[in-house]
Amino acid sequence: MSAVSRTAVPRALPRRRTRTRAARHLGRYVLLVLILLFAVFPFLWTLAIALTDKRAGGSIYDFPASLFPRALTLNNFQQVYQTFGLGQYVWNSISITAMTIVGTLVVSALAAYPLARFRFPGRNLIFAVIVATLVLPGETTFIVNTLTLQKLHLLGTHLGVVIPTIAGAFGIFLMRQAFLAIPQSLLEAARLDGANELTILTRIMLPLTRPSLAALGIFTLVGSWNAYFWPMLVLSAAPDKVPLSVAVLKLKGQFNYDPFNIAAGSLIMMLPVLLVFLLAQRLFMRGMEGAVK
Amino acid sequence: MRANWRQTLLSYTFLAPALILLVVFTFYPLAYGSYLGFTEYGGARFAQGQPPRWVGLENFRTLWADDLFRTSLLNSVKYLLVVPALQLASLAVASLVNNSLPGMAFFRAAYYVPVVTSISLAAVMWEWVYNKDGTLNWVLGFLHLLPAGGAFGWLNNENTAFWAVMLVTFWRGFGYYMVLYLAGLQNIPSELEEAAVLDGASAWQRFWRITVPLMRPTILLCSLLSTIAALRVLEEVLVLTNGGPLNSTYTALMYVYFKAFQGFNFDYGLASAAGLVVAVVALALSVVNFRLFRDSSGEGG
Repeated sequence: MSAVSRTAVPRALPRRRTRTRAARHLGRYVLLVLILLFAVFPFLWTLAIALTDKRAGGSIYDFPASLFPRALTLNNFQQVYQTFGLGQYVWNSISITAMTIVGTLVVSALAAYPLARFRFPGRNLIFAVIVATLVLPGETTFIVNTLTLQKLHLLGTHLGVVIPTIAGAFGIFLMRQAFLAIPQSLLEAARLDGANELTILTRIMLPLTRPSLAALGIFTLVGSWNAYFWPMLVLSAAPDKVPLSVAVLKLKGQFNYDPFNIAAGSLIMMLPVLLVFLLAQRLFMRGMEGAVK
Repeated sequence: MRANWRQTLLSYTFLAPALILLVVFTFYPLAYGSYLGFTEYGGARFAQGQPPRWVGLENFRTLWADDLFRTSLLNSVKYLLVVPALQLASLAVASLVNNSLPGMAFFRAAYYVPVVTSISLAAVMWEWVYNKDGTLNWVLGFLHLLPAGGAFGWLNNENTAFWAVMLVTFWRGFGYYMVLYLAGLQNIPSELEEAAVLDGASAWQRFWRITVPLMRPTILLCSLLSTIAALRVLEEVLVLTNGGPLNSTYTALMYVYFKAFQGFNFDYGLASAAGLVVAVVALALSVVNFRLFRDSSGEGG
């Protein structure tokens, strides 16, 4: 029926109808472009500022001139990297993010394996407890967690930022779903060959669930690289250890306020996430859609 | 029997790292934080290493009498206005991009970019937009819509700062909910739409009579998520206005944070009590959300 209506409708329509259809498409694209401007305008402007040669004179607020820089340069990137010691903050971000990814993958995979494949007393209770973390309101957890970190002498360290964040329901769920999809016969065969469970996990389960591991890794990367509040809190007494996300806002508050350098610094911060997003956007969208289905 | 025993032991060994971390950094702070809400703790008491002292409901009485807390709680509730705007807009945008016209994949991806932007970056970029000499005033001037009194900094004005911060929340959120709605829309069988077209239903009628009723579970999920997020808003206000001007953007979670960590008068007891109030309001709103959508779905069927 649908095939009939699809082929029959255009032939039956007079030319006037096709023209209104074209107009409707045009209207739709105009709307799409307007929303696009709303979504990406701040980025375009930041990019323009970062690439502007400030020696050519002019303020970032000269509209619309500042949107179309007359003289282009990469100097701002070099300058912000050197004068603000941005390299240190880049390394801090890399250190925190790398530890978070490795920790999340290891902890999630280890926890998901028995939850997916073993029967043992307390399994349902543990699963319920993990589900509960999704809905429990934790307005006071950050207070007690900083007190705990202080007792553990981890306040002001990268490890202190990382450790409370790596055991999460999202990662355990994702890996559990992936492990459930692997045929039982593969595991049986490995066990008959005398493989122990850790070998099965590392040699069979993990290689076969590489797409899920990659997805979890990418989600963790974006979340950890962009995190602001928690690292700011844990590292408030250790200013040289803060990640870029915290440092960028410090630059803004400094005496030598230089919007060109700040724009360049912001873009250096955005770059890894933007690249990962562009490469993995399908995965991102599908991962989100999975939450509804 | 023996194998079973071994399997149990093995399971718990594998689960141990996750369970220990969850207990130490999620469940213990929930329990201990709730307890702290009923104690006097922090400040000199904390510095001298004394344990928390049970004071019953005193912290809650202090909160009730504190103008700043009432303001912050009201602001947090007022912030919920972003929820209907965000949900309607992202549902509309999802319907707009839910077709296979050329270039649609590009638009979907571009709308998602603000979602993967950190709040620090958003703060830097939007401050330039909201500046007295920034883009927003320029655009308004260009359209001859500049408010009386000329250009002003949108984040420095106590009448506009609140809405300016909310727009940033909206900007960072609409791509996220758009993708969730898009997934829901693609689950709607196309035969339904086609039948309605043949019956002469307008696009508007199709949206309200077919799309919205079938999307009810997704709408419930999304509005629940964004209600809780709006009530807990903290980072946006922290980086854009720090609660000002004149406390016009001071939110409840900001109160919790400042009471616990600002200056030398940190007061963990009072901060925890304030956190408990926010948590209870969040739970209540979740229940209301569920009720609302269950009732209206009963009406429709």
